[in-house]
Amino acid sequence: MNSRQITRRSFLKGMGAIAAGGTLPVSLVELAFADSSRNFTFAYISDSHIQHIKGTQFVRNWDRGLIRSVAETNMLLPKPDFVVYGGDLAQLGTQAELDHGAEMLAKLNYKYHCVMGEHDYYLDLGRYWGKLFGPHYYSWDHKGVHFIVLNSILTYDKWTHERWPTPEQRMLEMAGLDNPNGSPFMVGKKQRQWLQEDLKTLKKETPVVLFSHSPIQKIYKGWNFWTEDAEEVQALLRPFADVTVVYGHVHQIQYNQIGNISFHAVMATAWPWPYPESYAQAKTHLPKITVPMNRADPFFERDATGWQFINLKTGRIDISYNLYDNTNRTVAYNRKTSRPEDTTYQSPEKRIPPQSHY
Amino acid sequence: MSISLRLLAFTLVPLILFTGTTLADDFTQKDQDRWQKEYMSVVEKGRALWVSPKLGTNGVSCAQCHPNGANTHPETYPKFQQQLGRVIPLRDMINWCILNPLEGEELNPYDPRMVAMEAYLAHERKGVPMAPGKH
Repeated sequence: MNSRQITRRSFLKGMGAIAAGGTLPVSLVELAFADSSRNFTFAYISDSHIQHIKGTQFVRNWDRGLIRSVAETNMLLPKPDFVVYGGDLAQLGTQAELDHGAEMLAKLNYKYHCVMGEHDYYLDLGRYWGKLFGPHYYSWDHKGVHFIVLNSILTYDKWTHERWPTPEQRMLEMAGLDNPNGSPFMVGKKQRQWLQEDLKTLKKETPVVLFSHSPIQKIYKGWNFWTEDAEEVQALLRPFADVTVVYGHVHQIQYNQIGNISFHAVMATAWPWPYPESYAQAKTHLPKITVPMNRADPFFERDATGWQFINLKTGRIDISYNLYDNTNRTVAYNRKTSRPEDTTYQSPEKRIPPQSHY
Repeated sequence: MSISLRLLAFTLVPLILFTGTTLADDFTQKDQDRWQKEYMSVVEKGRALWVSPKLGTNGVSCAQCHPNGANTHPETYPKFQQQLGRVIPLRDMINWCILNPLEGEELNPYDPRMVAMEAYLAHERKGVPMAPGKH
């Protein structure tokens, strides 16, 4: 474990003490981040599933997750250059839920970029979300890195437009993760063409970081840990030297390396999900290099939920998972092995009992 | 025993043995199909409760955190539930979840809905070896 991680962890875990009049370890943080000018950081918050009960009532548990992650992100030093919100801000895509979530996100002290999740989309096909947060897919450049947001939770037109009698039912059918009436996610032809155009003039050595809600790889179709046209999107990214895909949706730590592309999943602020392997009736494909996060303890409401601090170092990312009632984890790209690795638990001898799921 | 009683016994025993329709091992494929159907109807009720936003009071359903009943490990109960500090059956944990994340009211342990949810979980984990006591 290097000094930067210790510093960040003690900073985050020490925030309670700061509020109680302790001292902020500013000098330590500054020292730890005294690095090359190319480096910068951003934070990632995802999957808050703000759920409306009635009137002004929302599910308290999910509200607390988002409020806490926003508050902690605001206390980061040095400040992240921006924040990405990874999708599923709402549970059933209603204006009440999106408004309530947007109000909490508005407390962020940084510019933030939003990714569309299926829970935001399938009620009105992203209309209200678009009003609040802008286009469903877009790109921008920041300090020499090309960032892309895709709306990867689209599906077959027939399912979206013809199958369900009401938008409310369509939303409910897609909201159930294990619902056999659901439909596989996809980026779709229109966005793939847009992506091709977007990448056309980009130099091949430019680092590319792509954000999507669903993984742009195939892990388990039954829970839509899946993107139907993943290979086609990967093919468009193949010519670039350093490509990273960051995705939400899975509510758990996952990482993978496919060719030149590193994949990282982020945590939910709402609740964790079991690894698909723990469902005994179906075959799944969790990336082999992923070291599972610790088994969640439901008696600690925020356990196995959290948010991420991402350090963009020479084109690849170090991702620090801030897990509230659990040991923080860091997954960083290893230039020697050419893949992301957990900085503490990667070697099989270092695994601990709560990381084995059955 | 009087002669008349003995006679009665002699007549009744063969009657019971040979005219009854319910011998212990006398069941058919049809019977098995019916029993399986009964079981599956309860499993389906359990699945409906598992995804229902009405089981608690806040609209949260069991399946939101436990898709396909995953991470419930019914085959490990009864076990020492370390957070409660005692050995409990699965239904106590189901009730804990109804009470806490679902903000609902606990079910009577013999409530048919509880039996249905247990049946559903066992069905989702069929084929996984029993390992009672394992965390």
